[in-house]
Amino acid sequence: MHDAHDALTRAGRALRIVLLIALALLFLIPFYLLVRNGLATEQDITAPDWTFFPHDLQWSNLTEVFRDPNLPMGRALLNSTLIAVATTVGTVLLASLAGYGLARIPYRHSGIVFYAILGTLMVPAAVTFVPSFVLVSSLGWISTLRGLVIPTLFSAFACFIFRQYFLGFPKELEDAARVDGLGYWRTYWRIVVPNARPVFAAVGTIVFIGAWNAFLWPLVIGQDQESWTVQVALSTFTTAQNLNLHELFVAAAVSIAPLVLVFLLLQRYIVAGVERTGIDD
Amino acid sequence: MSVRTTEGAGAGAETSPQPASPAPRPSFGARMLGPQRRNLWFWVFVGPFAVGLGLFTYVPLAWSVYLSFFDAHNTVTPTDFVGLDNYTSMLGDDAFLGSLGTFLLFTVFIVPATFALSLGLALMVNRLRFAQAFFRSVFFLPTACSYVVASLIWKLSIFNGVRFGLANTVLGWFGGDQTAWLSTTHPPWYWLVIVTVRLWLQAGFYMILFLAGLQRISPQLYEAAAVDGARPGWQVFRHLTFPQLRATSVAVVLLLVINAFQAFDEFYNLLSDARGYPPYARPPLVYLYYTALGREQNLGLGSAGAVILALIIAVATVVQARWFGLGRKED
Repeated sequence: MHDAHDALTRAGRALRIVLLIALALLFLIPFYLLVRNGLATEQDITAPDWTFFPHDLQWSNLTEVFRDPNLPMGRALLNSTLIAVATTVGTVLLASLAGYGLARIPYRHSGIVFYAILGTLMVPAAVTFVPSFVLVSSLGWISTLRGLVIPTLFSAFACFIFRQYFLGFPKELEDAARVDGLGYWRTYWRIVVPNARPVFAAVGTIVFIGAWNAFLWPLVIGQDQESWTVQVALSTFTTAQNLNLHELFVAAAVSIAPLVLVFLLLQRYIVAGVERTGIDD
Repeated sequence: MSVRTTEGAGAGAETSPQPASPAPRPSFGARMLGPQRRNLWFWVFVGPFAVGLGLFTYVPLAWSVYLSFFDAHNTVTPTDFVGLDNYTSMLGDDAFLGSLGTFLLFTVFIVPATFALSLGLALMVNRLRFAQAFFRSVFFLPTACSYVVASLIWKLSIFNGVRFGLANTVLGWFGGDQTAWLSTTHPPWYWLVIVTVRLWLQAGFYMILFLAGLQRISPQLYEAAAVDGARPGWQVFRHLTFPQLRATSVAVVLLLVINAFQAFDEFYNLLSDARGYPPYARPPLVYLYYTALGREQNLGLGSAGAVILALIIAVATVVQARWFGLGRKED
């Protein structure tokens, strides 16, 4: 009786592992295709018979993609980097300061301010893209770095995460700083920030990934080719008529390489950040 | 997204302590600054963020409401007041209503599929005794990928309608016919492409949320269930694990619906080509994009659409929250 039961659980466990491995392979297929097609010749990709991996790896595709005058990859990568870095630094700075103020500085109307900030979470950014476009275009910020970055810096979501984090921050540390005669400003920079690195890393990586991968806003605002981000450049050629497949795939691989790296290195912070996404404990 | 609102009230109620002795009434300037200049410091910390958020969220929203009452072609300072005309023409427009239908259909596909897959992955990964971090990374990794890149892979490689597409290759091995996945409307195979791309991209994210929820369940509950003779597997899941995941499940469904409502990237990148966007499968944002920013630049009509969508989201969020009894403290 017991043996039969044990055998059944063992079989169940084995089945589960097989299923997990199958799903993991399925999840990795797109990455495999990116590398396979990116390092193949056009003939390899369009050959009627499937080859699992190109016989001659075309590493020259990597340099070719930066030389193609029609696909401004170098400029697009530079734009994406500038935008993602500026957005990350700006968002984290603004949201952490606001989150700290809301959590720690007693002020009669801070409740109202908090709800005014929280209320914008109800209005998804995507619904405001038409009016935001109107505003940005009347400021003359179309196709500028300003227009691509500044309107996206004010993340109620990041502010909320910081506020929640600072509410649980040990007050004793700040009280000690206060006794030493530090004001709010210096307490924040000397005591709070150095002791809150994990939350900065978590919000920072999530904002960075979001900024790098953002599409709708850069599509609407980045109208000149000089202001294209990597996503807009790739999209333009995905939806164009004459496709150069190997080039497009190697470009896509190049565009996600930095992110996969960031992701694998900082995964624990991202996981911690995702777990903080405001779910009731 | 559920937020802990009780603490918001707490922060507001935390007022400054009263001075112990009756001090002379402070000057106006001193009162504005508050004790220890707290009011000043509050605004130094919160001000830049609050002003920016107001400028780039509340101002555009208000402006949008204003524009929605005008005939605003190619202009943001219209003079031709048209009352509710934009709203009536929007609500009478089959394409707009069709976009809402597309959203509903998309939601019906994507919400249960993502929910089931991410919960299943979380349950399986959670019980692993080895290589847990590896499997978690593999399923979570697509989160790093953009919708643009994923759509590119889906459109040009996996579901490419020609013979060298991966799906057609696999079908060919089993003697199946080649399918033009994205341009066939009978049957609408493009839904398979659209749904799987988002499923791949977001399942890992929600798996992390479910894993966090699973790890919050007390092991003692499982011990008690075992003592009571509950068989591990379905029974325990049905009567213990799933009810314990209630808060997480509600949050996941809310996030999934809101995100589905905002779908744009994969639709745009999968379906539009050199000839433009096909007349079918236009979710609200795609419709809005072409109405407000397309050739006509009809910002009045587009604004009316944005206002209607914002209202729908607000109402749906409130209804869902009520329906799921959000805020009930039982988990």
